[in-house]
Amino acid sequence: MIHQVQNPVLEVHDLTVSYDKKPVLWNIDFSIPKGQLVGIIGPNGAGKSTLIKSIMGLIPLNSGYVKLFDQELDEVRTRISYVPQRGSVDWDFPASALDVVLMGRYAKLGLFKRPKKADKDWAMECLTKVGMQAYSNRQISQLSGGQQQRVFLARALAQQADLYFMDEPFAGVDAATEKTIVDILREMSAQKKTVIVVHHDLQSVESYFKWVLLINLRLIASGPTEEVFGQELLQETYGGKLTLLSDVGNLMKKGRLPQREKTGK
Amino acid sequence: MDSFIDFFSFSDPNIRYVVIGSILLTASSATVGSFTFLKKKALVGDAVAHAVLPGVCLAFILSGNKNPFLLILGAFTTGWLSLVAIDWITRKSKIKEDSAIGLVLSVSFGIGILLLTMIQHSGNASQTGLDQFLFGKAASLVGSDLIVFTIVSLLLIFTIVLFFKELTLLAFDKAFAETIGFPVKRLELLLTTLTVMAVVVGIQAVGVVLMAAMLITPAAAARFWTERIKVMILLAALFGSFSGVTGAYISYIAPSMPTGPWIVMVISGIAFFSFFFAPGKGIVSRLFQQYRIRSKMNDENVLKALYGLGEKEDDFYVARSPEEINSHRSFENSNLIQTLKRLRSQGYLESDQHDYWLTQEGMKKGQRVVKLHRLWETYLTKYLRIAPDHVHEDAESIEHVLTPELEKRLEQLLEYPEIDPHQSTIPYNN
Repeated sequence: MIHQVQNPVLEVHDLTVSYDKKPVLWNIDFSIPKGQLVGIIGPNGAGKSTLIKSIMGLIPLNSGYVKLFDQELDEVRTRISYVPQRGSVDWDFPASALDVVLMGRYAKLGLFKRPKKADKDWAMECLTKVGMQAYSNRQISQLSGGQQQRVFLARALAQQADLYFMDEPFAGVDAATEKTIVDILREMSAQKKTVIVVHHDLQSVESYFKWVLLINLRLIASGPTEEVFGQELLQETYGGKLTLLSDVGNLMKKGRLPQREKTGK
Repeated sequence: MDSFIDFFSFSDPNIRYVVIGSILLTASSATVGSFTFLKKKALVGDAVAHAVLPGVCLAFILSGNKNPFLLILGAFTTGWLSLVAIDWITRKSKIKEDSAIGLVLSVSFGIGILLLTMIQHSGNASQTGLDQFLFGKAASLVGSDLIVFTIVSLLLIFTIVLFFKELTLLAFDKAFAETIGFPVKRLELLLTTLTVMAVVVGIQAVGVVLMAAMLITPAAAARFWTERIKVMILLAALFGSFSGVTGAYISYIAPSMPTGPWIVMVISGIAFFSFFFAPGKGIVSRLFQQYRIRSKMNDENVLKALYGLGEKEDDFYVARSPEEINSHRSFENSNLIQTLKRLRSQGYLESDQHDYWLTQEGMKKGQRVVKLHRLWETYLTKYLRIAPDHVHEDAESIEHVLTPELEKRLEQLLEYPEIDPHQSTIPYNN
């Protein structure tokens, strides 16, 4: 049940990724249309974060390729924003909320250049959008989990990208933050920006996302929510493990086999 | 005192060299070390410091003299190789990073000592002073060495200033830095190189064994005083230079004293002082906060007891002895008298020789605590479905924590209940 689309914003072709020689994503192949709010859904350990990390070039691919706006990642980096999981950074770092949001301007600034007053104004505006203007000077460790997530969202907004990848932005946030984030995501989607979100709360999938990817080591479905988000495919995603698949994976790890045989190119 | 004036008037050019030298050496390693500290790579600096020794010895054996340039080159080479080795071991084997650091550190230090002993027994006259690499000797810096080390130190500080934005982002969120297209690998290489250079110049001041302290301790001490990274690095550099100058001064007045250990003693002293006395984060400041909370709880408990006694008799302003208060709720005796006296001085109680009674303000304060206690009990039974006989303990502590804002929300949420789960009336102000 994989809907391929014309003129995709994101095209992932036959992607395979492994950790320590053990494949964690098998032959993922899908495309995403422009301006959608997309949810990546799957159980724990399904490879949801791995998928967006490998799209962002943070993890090497074993095979396949990724095209963004029909181009290579390096050519369109300034049009893409990545929001890592909140737990991936040390929030005890000596920085204020505004400092973190300013980092969203670094790509446009380039190397060596210092942020100017105008960059700070823009960062402040992004903080205001997420309702955090009163906390701009607050040290980040003194913010609540939800507030930290908002700061991350503000940093992404500061990047002024066209395609956003967000890793679990709703994990461990309060109800007010969840609503703020959803409102902003909808607004972005209305402005024809594409937002791809790793999500694990099945309850809210239908109300949040127009397009859904169901994955569990392999891609089960990709398509409009009303078409693919149903009992049968969910069962396939969450139900019984494909033991044969993981056994083969373990074997590859043990045997240290190369993922793909070298072809004489 | 004379020696103090002699030293700090800098009239002797040798002293001038030593002071400038120790400031630059320690300040530059503290600056670079701030990033090592923020990246949580403290032990890496230690490994590099120990791995530098075989390089110094090899450079001496091969060249036969103590040309500072060659020694730095040798030190840099083996220091850098040690980092490559740690990285390689972690990637290619099942050995974790901390074990890899331990392995590389001890092996390279062993080789270093071996070479050093060989040199010492070789009878080469120019070898004297090489062992100062072990413990440092800032006090013996001479003009020509100084020029080399000054250049390296300034280069280090300049590079950090130039790459400040990039290194900060790398330390805070490496994945993000990579996705916006920063050359993360090259920046890490740069930071590694800077760390090795900082170690190479820093060992002049404190020696191989204690170098890790010069990288990490100033940053760790500075972190207690500020939440701003720029201020932190500046403070680290200041703390570092202060310890450098002090160490140099001590070995000036007592030439038999080793400089390095003294520098490390001073910077450790600063770190301990910060650990205990820094506002907000220091231990003393935390203890003081705890003390204030505890006395506030005591105050409120006494007022609550007096209110409770008054509630029974429907008269809140009766004079009561400490014994009677104690029978309502047991306090530590000395603590109770102290608290009663404090409350009297604050105007919440009045007293004669022996007895105490509530003022109107004291009654109101006691009433509020009782109200919060009962509101919280109601909330717990209603919203958390906890049995009424299990809610008292929890309310005992929460009653001291609730802010007026939360109090209002609680009242509205529960719609101003009249009685609590134990059928006691909840007292409202009006």
